[in-house]
Order: sequence, then C-alpha cells, then structure tokens
Amino acid sequence: MSIAYVRETDAPLRAPPVETSGPVGWLRENLFPNIWSSLLTLLLGMFLAYIVWSVLDWAVLRAAWTGTDRAACAFEGAGACWPFVWEKFPQWIFGFYPIDERWRPVAVIVIGALGLAPMLMPNAPGKQLNALFLLVAYPVIAFYLLAGGVFGLEPVETTNWGGLLVTLVVAVTGIVISLPLGILLALGRRSELPAVRTVSIAFIELWRGVPLVTVLFMASVMLPLFLPNGLNLDKLMRAIVGLSLFASAYMAEAVRGGLQAVTKGQTEAGLALGLSRWQTTRKIVLPQALRISIPNIVGIFIGLFKDTTLVLVVSIYDFLGIINAGLQDSKWAAPQTANTGYFVAAIVYFIFCYGMSRYALFTERRLAESGRR
Amino acid sequence: MSLDASAPRQPRSLLNNARVRGLALQAVLLLILAAFFYDLALNTMDNMATRHIVSGFGFLWRRAGFEVSFSLIPYSGEDNYARALMVGFFNTLLVSAIGIVLATVLGLVIGLMRLSRNWLASRMAAAYIETMRNVPLLLQLFIWYRLVLSPLPQARDAITIGSASLSNKGLTLPAPQFGPGAWMAWAGLLAAVVLSVFILRWGRRQQEATGKKPPTDLLAALLYVAFPVLFFSAAGWPVSFDHPVRSNFGFSGGMTLVPEFMALLLALSIYTAAFIAEAVRAGIAAVSKGQSEAATALGLKPGLAMRLVVLPQALRVIIPPLTSQYLNLTKNSSLAVAIGYPDLVSTGGTILGQTGQAIEVVLIWMVIYLTLNLLTSGFMNWFNARNRLGGEVMA
Repeated sequence: MSIAYVRETDAPLRAPPVETSGPVGWLRENLFPNIWSSLLTLLLGMFLAYIVWSVLDWAVLRAAWTGTDRAACAFEGAGACWPFVWEKFPQWIFGFYPIDERWRPVAVIVIGALGLAPMLMPNAPGKQLNALFLLVAYPVIAFYLLAGGVFGLEPVETTNWGGLLVTLVVAVTGIVISLPLGILLALGRRSELPAVRTVSIAFIELWRGVPLVTVLFMASVMLPLFLPNGLNLDKLMRAIVGLSLFASAYMAEAVRGGLQAVTKGQTEAGLALGLSRWQTTRKIVLPQALRISIPNIVGIFIGLFKDTTLVLVVSIYDFLGIINAGLQDSKWAAPQTANTGYFVAAIVYFIFCYGMSRYALFTERRLAESGRR
Repeated sequence: MSLDASAPRQPRSLLNNARVRGLALQAVLLLILAAFFYDLALNTMDNMATRHIVSGFGFLWRRAGFEVSFSLIPYSGEDNYARALMVGFFNTLLVSAIGIVLATVLGLVIGLMRLSRNWLASRMAAAYIETMRNVPLLLQLFIWYRLVLSPLPQARDAITIGSASLSNKGLTLPAPQFGPGAWMAWAGLLAAVVLSVFILRWGRRQQEATGKKPPTDLLAALLYVAFPVLFFSAAGWPVSFDHPVRSNFGFSGGMTLVPEFMALLLALSIYTAAFIAEAVRAGIAAVSKGQSEAATALGLKPGLAMRLVVLPQALRVIIPPLTSQYLNLTKNSSLAVAIGYPDLVSTGGTILGQTGQAIEVVLIWMVIYLTLNLLTSGFMNWFNARNRLGGEVMA
C-alpha cells in the first residue's frame, strides 16, 4: 500500500547548471572568470580579430590572382601579388639549376626523404644500417647527382644552385658534418686527458662566442688564404665549411648534455664487464647519450635551417636570398610584391621548422615515458 | 674462467699502461695541431705575399674614406679605420643594450601571459612564441625594415614638428651639446644611488620593527629623477641644442635615428622575447605549486604572491637560459650588415673589402665578441650567485 507522501520513483535528474558546464561553463571558466580577465579577453579578442581580418583581406580579398607582370598587381589598394609567386616559385625551389636537369634535385630530395622516414619512426627496424646509409652513402649519391660530371650526367656548377635546394643542401651537409665532429668534441670535453680537454673547450667556446655572420665572412675571405696555392674551394663549399664548424660547437654541447645524463654506473658496469674504455663509450654510453640528445639535436638542426639564411651576406642565394633578389625584378615592381614574397617565405620556413620542433617534442615525450621508472 | 689471485701476473706492456697511453695520445694530438697551424701559417704567408697584403694592424691608422649613416661619436670619412671600428662597436653596444631591455620586458609579459588562466591569452602567447621561433630572424628583419620604412615619406616631404622631423632618412632631432659642468648630472645620479641605498635599508628596518613599510621605493625612484636635475640646474644648465638644417638631400646637423636602427631593434627584441618568454614559462613552471598555494594561504593577493614568492624562486632557474639569450641577441645584432646599419661587423666588412686585411679584421671581431660574451656571462653569474639561496638545498 502506498503512502501518499512517500515517493516511489526517483525524481528526474536535472541538467547541471548552464553556468558551470557545457560551452557556457567553459567560457565562464576560461575566458570570463572575473572582470579583469574578461576585459583582457575582449581586448585580445579584438586584436586577434583585427590581425586575422587584415591578413585575410590582404591575402585573399584584395589580392591579385592572375596576370603576367606588374600591371596585374599595381592597382590602387592592391593586396597580395600572387602571380609573382606563381611565376617565380620554380626558381625559388631550384635556383638557376638547368630546367632539363631539375629531376636530379627532385631525386635527391625524394631519396633523402625515403631514407629519413624510417629513421624518424621509433619502431622501424634497421636503424644502424639506415644511419650508415644516411650519413655515408647518401651524401655521396646526392653530391654526384647534383654536381654531375659522372655517368653521363651533365655537370652543374654550384653557382647555379639556389633557392630551397641550397637551403636544404647547406643545412643537411652542415648536420652530417657537425654530428660526428660534435660527438668527438663532446667526448673530448669530458676526457680525463688535459690537453684533449683544453683543445676541445677552446674550440667549442671560440665558435660559440662569435656571431655566425663573422664566421661566414671568415670562411669566405680567410679560408682562401689558409689553403695552399692552387687549391680553391668554391663559394658554397666555403660557406658550408664555416657553417659546419660553427654548428659542431653547438652540437658538442647538445651531445655533452646527453653524456652527462647517462649515469656513472653505466660506465662502471661496462668496465666491470671487462670492456675497454673505448668499447664502453661506444657500445654503452654513446647510444644512450645520443638517444637522450635527439630533441636537442633536432633543435640545432632547426637553428641551422634558419641560420642558412645568413649565407646571403656572402652572396649565396638560398631560399630567402633568391626571393629577396627576385624583388629587384622590374617586371614585378609593385607595392605589394615584396610583402607577398616575404609572406610566402615566412610560411615555408614556419612549416619546416614547426614540423621539426613538433617531432622533437614527440621524441622528448616518448623518452620521458620510457625513462620513467 | 677462474680467478686466482696467486697466479703470477703477466708483465704489463708499456702500451697497456693508461698513463703512458694518455700521454702519448696527447702528445700526438698536440703535434698534429702544431703541424696543422704551422702549415696554415706557411700557406697564409705565401698567399699574402702573392696578393701583396702586408699583415699587421698598421692599416688601422689610415684614412677610412667611407661615411656611416649613424654614429654615436663624431665621425667623418676623414677619420681613420680605428675610429670607424669604434663607431661600429658603439652602435653594436647601443642596439644590443636597448634590445636586451626591450626583449626582457616583452618576454616577461608574454611568458606570464602564456601561464595565464585566461585561455585566449595563453593561446595567443603560445602562437606568438611558435611563430617567432620558427621564422628566421633575417626574414623578420627584412619584414620589419619594410614595415618601418614603407609608411615614411621622402626626405623632401618630411613630417616636421618643431625642429624634429620624420622621413625615410630617419627621425631627426636637435642634438644636445653639453658644455663644461655637464658631469654634475652624473654626480647627481651617483648621489641618488648612494642615498637610496641608505633609505631602502632604513625602510626595511622600519618594516621589520613595526610591520609597516614607509613608501621608500617611491622616494628612491623620485631621488633618481630629482637629484640629477637639481645638480644639473645648479651647474646652470650647461647644454645647448644643435638644430638640424634642411638641405637638398636631407638634413645636416642635429642627430638622426635611422630607420635601420629601429628595424634592427624591433626585430631583435621581438625575436628574442619569444625565447625569453619560453625561459620565463619554464622557470615559473619549475616552482612547485605548493609555493603559490602557501602564499595564497598566507593571504597574499595573486599579484603579490607572484612578485614576492614565485618570481624570486623562478629567477634562479630562468637566469642561465636568459644569459644565453642576451648573448644571442648581442651576436644576432651582427645581422645589421644585411640592412646596412653600421654595426661592428658591417663597418668591419667595409674595411675588410677596402683593405683586404681579412685576418686582422676577423681577429678584432673575435676579440671584441668574446670579451662582450665574457663580460655578460660574468655579470649574469654574479647576479645568479647573489640570488641563490645561501647554502640551502632545494627540495
């Protein structure tokens, strides 16, 4: 028998108050928690809207999309000058590399990407063989493919290389040379032999103390003085030598950080097992240290990739250099040409560097997970 | 394999002795280096002889013959190379010093914004950091140079207010010419520094004794302004102004802040601020949450808790990366060469091109930059040591 004032069924659940849950709750919590924060949100929101609108307006709404010369972009209130980009883009990628031979840089980039992809995947097999290919075989293949002169490939002077091709060549060669050199220097800096240690420290600190621009100047004007008479490196090679030595000092510091993170017990255990010092370093300490340094090494590569732009001061035309040089072209002389060129350059650099920094973050997180005990 | 301690030990070969091997290795390394440098020196002397370059620093006292667009010290093309290098050196110092201050302030603001509980502020700070860090500085410099230059009119249509004028040649202002007695202003500043130390100390004692803090910060700040002004007027305002005179191609006389300087300053400080913001964020994140909770529990407002409890502790983590960012900014100021701001590298490069004295110029660059580095890191190490907890171990 039921009692009139006793409920037999549960009261229906009411939805949580709108103020603390769902999108409105989220807004209140994160954007409008109090008056000052709300004010900040409004101010920043207006600023953001202004920026987004200006870029959109300039890059899309007021932009010129088709045309063959400056006339297309020189109208009153013109925005971005895209036809300039359409026409110049191949040159920005390849520089003055002969048009019929452009499959060669493409091949080099594709082979490099195919070789690099399994290296970047933590679970892919054959890392050692892969690394050997990338650090030894690939540079040789790439050099002969690009420079030509063998197997009936037409020789292409390095003065004709340019654009993104030069940026990639300089940055990749820089990293390939500076990695082993940096490892040697880092080991030298931690050596117990005073002469080895002093020489390493002097080398590292000297390069880290001076700006890259002076290093490039040095490479371009002093290197010819140092070399024996008759022997001469071309301009690009000299810049690469300077940049690699510069990067190796930073690389040494990144690797040293990794070496310091490997506990002393590892070395002691290796020695206790009867391995020689060299074997312990090579088989036990270095593999662990390098794994820890991967994020920093990627960071140095990003820095190197950005710093390649400085080869402009010794008149080598990398990606930024060739865009900058193209702005002088009177065929495209319009108010917004330069802005368009720089806009594209910024986006391209951002995509490359941001991608790499995301990868560094990914390995860092993976390391943090696997290292947790 | 059994270990038998009593077994006769093999006579050890000299080759297996670690000490001997170490010594031999070092001797070989040093020999190789010596041979390398000897060969380098021979080649260099040979090359310089064929190119008729006379080594040595004698060229520094020859007539420079080139003009610079911006100089802190009086300079003309009639002066010698040494003076031109001095001009460049001071220009580097100027842009680095102001750049460091601006970058630190902006970096601190962005870093705090990154940690803000306001979602939009935090995201926008993150976007700023990522954009700035992933676009090359040189490209940013070019962009700033265009942005600074493009709205400015030609020199003949300069915007003029009083005797100040703004055009694409820069911002031209009357140049102050200090007469004798101007040092009194510096003396006033010194007096203010000395006095403020005492006042601040007295204020702290008062606070410890009574719990109330007299407004000593304000008083000290006032002194810094008032004393130099007072001392300067006591000397009878020994200053006159050299007003710029308009000529056909711009201005003569006065002093001009060139657009290259503005562009370089903006690019350097805005770029470096992103890195400083990251350092600030990491430093504050490293302070354990219990600290700010404890501060709140003690009744401190969020702003005070940040300023008095969290920031001082974070500073110890922030200072080492901050130092390297300051050094980077100083070194990056050499990008001036790309837009023609006459800094040390730019003037050095011109001299190098005119005289061919590559080795000497590069040596001067290296010595100056290494010295600047040592000074900056020395100062920051001192500052860091001062901020460290005395002998306490952080938990």
